[in-house]
Amino acid sequence: MPPEHVPPVGPWQHATVVAIRPETRRAKTYRLALPQPVPHLAGQHFVVRLTAPDGYRAQRSYSVATPPEESGEIELTVERLADGEVSGFLHDEVVVGDTLEVRGPIGGWFVWPGTTPAVFIGGGSGVVPLMAMLRLARRTGGPSLAHLLVSVRTTDDLLYAAEMTGPDVTVIYTRAAPPSAASRAVGRITIDDLVPVLGAAVTVYVCGSTPFAEAASALVVAAGIPAEAVRIERFGPSG
Amino acid sequence: MSSTRGFRGRSGPADPRLPPGQYDTGDDWPVLSAEVTPSLDTATWTFRVEGHVEQERTWTWDELRALPVDTYQGPIHCVTTWSKFAMTWRGISVDTLLAAARPRPGATHVLAFSHTGYTTNLPLADVTDGLAWVAWEVDGGPLPTEHGGPARLLVPHLYFWKSAKWIAGLRVLDHDEPGFWEERGYHDRGDPWLEQRYQGD
Repeated sequence: MPPEHVPPVGPWQHATVVAIRPETRRAKTYRLALPQPVPHLAGQHFVVRLTAPDGYRAQRSYSVATPPEESGEIELTVERLADGEVSGFLHDEVVVGDTLEVRGPIGGWFVWPGTTPAVFIGGGSGVVPLMAMLRLARRTGGPSLAHLLVSVRTTDDLLYAAEMTGPDVTVIYTRAAPPSAASRAVGRITIDDLVPVLGAAVTVYVCGSTPFAEAASALVVAAGIPAEAVRIERFGPSG
Repeated sequence: MSSTRGFRGRSGPADPRLPPGQYDTGDDWPVLSAEVTPSLDTATWTFRVEGHVEQERTWTWDELRALPVDTYQGPIHCVTTWSKFAMTWRGISVDTLLAAARPRPGATHVLAFSHTGYTTNLPLADVTDGLAWVAWEVDGGPLPTEHGGPARLLVPHLYFWKSAKWIAGLRVLDHDEPGFWEERGYHDRGDPWLEQRYQGD
């Protein structure tokens, strides 16, 4: 498994919040302008570090939802967690024009170069780094280059809903489905969801909670994809 | 140091047990492996010490379990910023395993390797003198598969990516050689008290 060309981790820098967009009731996207732009790969994350007046610091990692852009700007989507020290602050306090200390890009394994056929499987907010990959695929590739399969409880949990249409996306509803998705029974991901989309995949990227990642990656292997071709990012509670 | 507008942090004094930038995850134990969780059968499982040693050695599961058991009680620290306190681990001291293979003069590092192909590099000094274990029991029960069971390396004074899950062996080296995450931007040593998260820290 030779490493891809991984860009070096950039310096700590003070990014300016240039836009904030609600995605769902619990998730917002923050568009940040980096004074020292560092190119990232689809799938990488940045660390956000908060500093209190007394010097106390808290930092958490958030995936970049956007593919590499010339603009020097990145978008981080942040789900608000119960008692989340950093996510709660970002949701409640941060406004456009604020600066946030960030560092990145980080993570040289869960990355997609955008050239080889791939399938992305996301659970809930695990779709964020996969969205960077899907957006990259839509920008650069043909329609068969990549497919995103995202599992959510209900439409209220679906991030980037306006972009979750088209032949390169499958949305699975585990609790309640909208009428437009009536062709599939409500329920967790199964091997029958995977087989039609895994076809030409060279690499499969799975991102979500640990139970989701364990279940989905086991299904991918059961569907015939070698374990070595599966890359996983598990979302732990990260406040 | 400039502070973040509106951020006050937590009330009360800082927890002196927490390295910089870490928080207490409490009862949670996040799982952060990058590969498919393997199912390893202890009937065929092995652990090996190889490389720059006088005598390469391989242990079966039963042979390893017959060695004198050692206990570690204390915290672990993950580079993703959580720390977990008051854990109890049981396993074999790496000192015991290395003593059986006898590192040759000039040995300086080890590359830990897993049954999944994962690797991580460590200075020899960080896995000797009671600092590291091959552990199969945690908090009174078998080490769960998603946490590296049946056995993982345990090097609790360094960030936890150094504690390779599903450990298969140690390659003793006379030089340093980056492992899986170290090739991808993470620090070669990973001391949480020095906040050595990424290359250059």
